[in-house]
Amino acid sequence: MVTTFATETSGLVSSGLDLELSFSQSLQGLGLSPQVAHLLWLPLPMLLVLTAAMVGVLVTVWLERKISAAVQQRIGPEYAGALGVLQPMADGLKLLVKEDVIPVRADGLLFTLGPVLVLVPVILSWLIVPFGQNLLISNVGIGIFLWISLSSIQPIGLLMSGYASNNKYSLLGGLRAAAQSISYEIPLALAVLAVVMMSNSLSTVDIVAQQNGAGLLSWNVWRQPVGFLIFWICALAECERLPFDLPEAEEELVAGYQTEYAGMKFALFYLGSYINLVLSSLLVAVLYLGGWGFPIPVEWLAGWLGQSVDAPLVQVITGSVGIVMTVLKAYLLVFLAILLRWTTPRVRIDQLLDLGWKFLLPIALGNLLITAALKLAFPVAFGG
Amino acid sequence: MTIATSTELICFLVLGAVVVLGSLGVVLLGNIVYSAFLLGGVFMAVAGLYLLLNASFVAAAQVLVYVGAVNVLILFAIMLVNKREDLKPIEGLPIRRLLSGGVCAGLFVLFFRVVITTPWAVPGPAAIGVGATERIGEHLFTDYLLPFELASVLLLMAMIGAIVLARRDVLEVDVGTGDAVNQGLIEKARTPLLVDKSTP
Repeated sequence: MVTTFATETSGLVSSGLDLELSFSQSLQGLGLSPQVAHLLWLPLPMLLVLTAAMVGVLVTVWLERKISAAVQQRIGPEYAGALGVLQPMADGLKLLVKEDVIPVRADGLLFTLGPVLVLVPVILSWLIVPFGQNLLISNVGIGIFLWISLSSIQPIGLLMSGYASNNKYSLLGGLRAAAQSISYEIPLALAVLAVVMMSNSLSTVDIVAQQNGAGLLSWNVWRQPVGFLIFWICALAECERLPFDLPEAEEELVAGYQTEYAGMKFALFYLGSYINLVLSSLLVAVLYLGGWGFPIPVEWLAGWLGQSVDAPLVQVITGSVGIVMTVLKAYLLVFLAILLRWTTPRVRIDQLLDLGWKFLLPIALGNLLITAALKLAFPVAFGG
Repeated sequence: MTIATSTELICFLVLGAVVVLGSLGVVLLGNIVYSAFLLGGVFMAVAGLYLLLNASFVAAAQVLVYVGAVNVLILFAIMLVNKREDLKPIEGLPIRRLLSGGVCAGLFVLFFRVVITTPWAVPGPAAIGVGATERIGEHLFTDYLLPFELASVLLLMAMIGAIVLARRDVLEVDVGTGDAVNQGLIEKARTPLLVDKSTP
C-alpha cells in the first residue's frame, strides 16, 4: 500500500522543496520513529487539499452568483460580507441545519449512499492535481488514468439516488445523467490519450514538466487545439453544466435525480458538482495550459537575475508562483464555464447524444491518429 | 510487525471480507437492484486487492471497465425494464437451487484443492510498479496480439448485434419472433393500445 503511493521522482523532476522530509526530520528530532512521523505526515496534505477544494467551491459559488447577476444586469448578493462574499457560507449553513428528509416510500440505504458515491470519487481525484513540482498529494504513476477511472464511478451513485428516490423524475434524471456521463467519457479519454502520447507518461507531473520547456509557446494547447476543445466540451458535459445540464433540466424533470433530496444530502450533490467543475478546470490547466508554469519559465527569469534555481528563496518564490498560476488558469476556465452557463440555452437529449457519439467521438479518434502521425513525423515538436 | 505490513494485512482482510460477503449477497439477495449494486462493490474490492499487489494500472482498468462500464450497463438494463411484476413460480425450484448449489460447491472444492496443492513461489516476483503500464502494452501488441485482435472482433460483433436489435424499425420481420413488424407500434409491439373493456 505504502509502496504503491510512494512518491516516484523520475529523471525529469528536480528535488526542490521537500516538505515531507523536513517535517519528518523535525518530528524525529522530537524522538519519534520514522514510521510514526510518516503516519503523522500522511493526513496533512490530504486535509490541506480538502480544505483547498472546499474554499475553491465557496469561491466558485460566489463567482457564479456575482457573474450570473452581472450577465442579467442585477447586483447579486450584497449584504453578507463585502460584495456578498459570505453568501456561500450562509447557503452552506442553511443546508447544514435543514431537516434531513427521506421520503417514506424511498429506499433509505441507497438513498443515503447515492450522494456519497457521487462525492467521494471527485474528492479522491484531487490526489493527482499538481500545484507545483512537488506540491501534490501523490505522484501516482498512473496519474491521469486514475482520474478517468474514478470519474467512471459517479454514474453508479447517480443511478443509485435516482432509483432509490422512488420518483419517476428522479429515475429519468439518473438514467440521463448516467447516459450522458458514459457517452462523454469516451471522447474525453481519447483527448487525454493524445496528450499522454505526446508526453510519454500518465503522470500529471510529467505532463506539466513536458510543457514547460519554452514557457507559453510550449503549452499543449498549441499542439492539441482540437483535443483542448473536445476535452473542455466533455468536461462541461461530465460536470452537468449548461448547455449540458439535462439531468436536472428544471422545466422537464423538476430537478432530476436531486428532486427528493434536501438538507445535507442535497448539499453533497451541490458540493460534488462544484468540486468537479473546479477539478475539471484544474485538469484542463494541467493538461493543456502548462499547469503551474509561468508564461516565461521561472528558470530563465532566475538566470537573468543571476540567481541559482536551487536557492531556498527562489524555491519558495517558484512554489508560490506555481500555485498562483495553477489557480489563476483554473479560475479563468471556471469564469468561462459560468459565462457559458448563463448565456447558452440547453441542448435536447438527442442533440446531446448525437454530439457525443457522432461528432466528438470521430473527431477525437481522428485527433488521436493525427497526433500519432505527427509524433512519428516530427518527434522534436511532438515528444517523440 | 511494522506499521506498513499491518496496514497491508488489515486492508487485505477487509477487502477479502467485502469480496466474499458481497459476492454471496449478489447471488443470494432477492432484489436484483441490490445484487447489481453489490456487484459494483465487489468489483471495487477486487480493484483494491490489485492495488495491494502493487498493480495500480490493472486496478484502475478494473474500476474503469468493470465498475464504470459493465456494472453501469447492468444497472441500465435493470432500470429500463424496471417492472414490479410477480414472476411465474418456477417448477421444482428447490431441486434446481440444490443442483446449482452442488455445482458451485464442487467448483469451490476443485479450486480450493488447486490452491493448496500448487507449490506457489513465495514471495513472488518483484512488482514492477510504474513500468507495468508499458509492459502490459508491450505484451498486448506482441505476444498476445492475436487474442487482442480477436477480442476486438468479438466486441464489434456484439456492437453490430446491438444495433440490429435496437433498430428494429428498419427490419420487415422481428428478429426474435418472426412476426411482421408494425412500424407504428415499435415501442409496444405486443400490447394493444386500446384495452377492450367490454369483455370481462
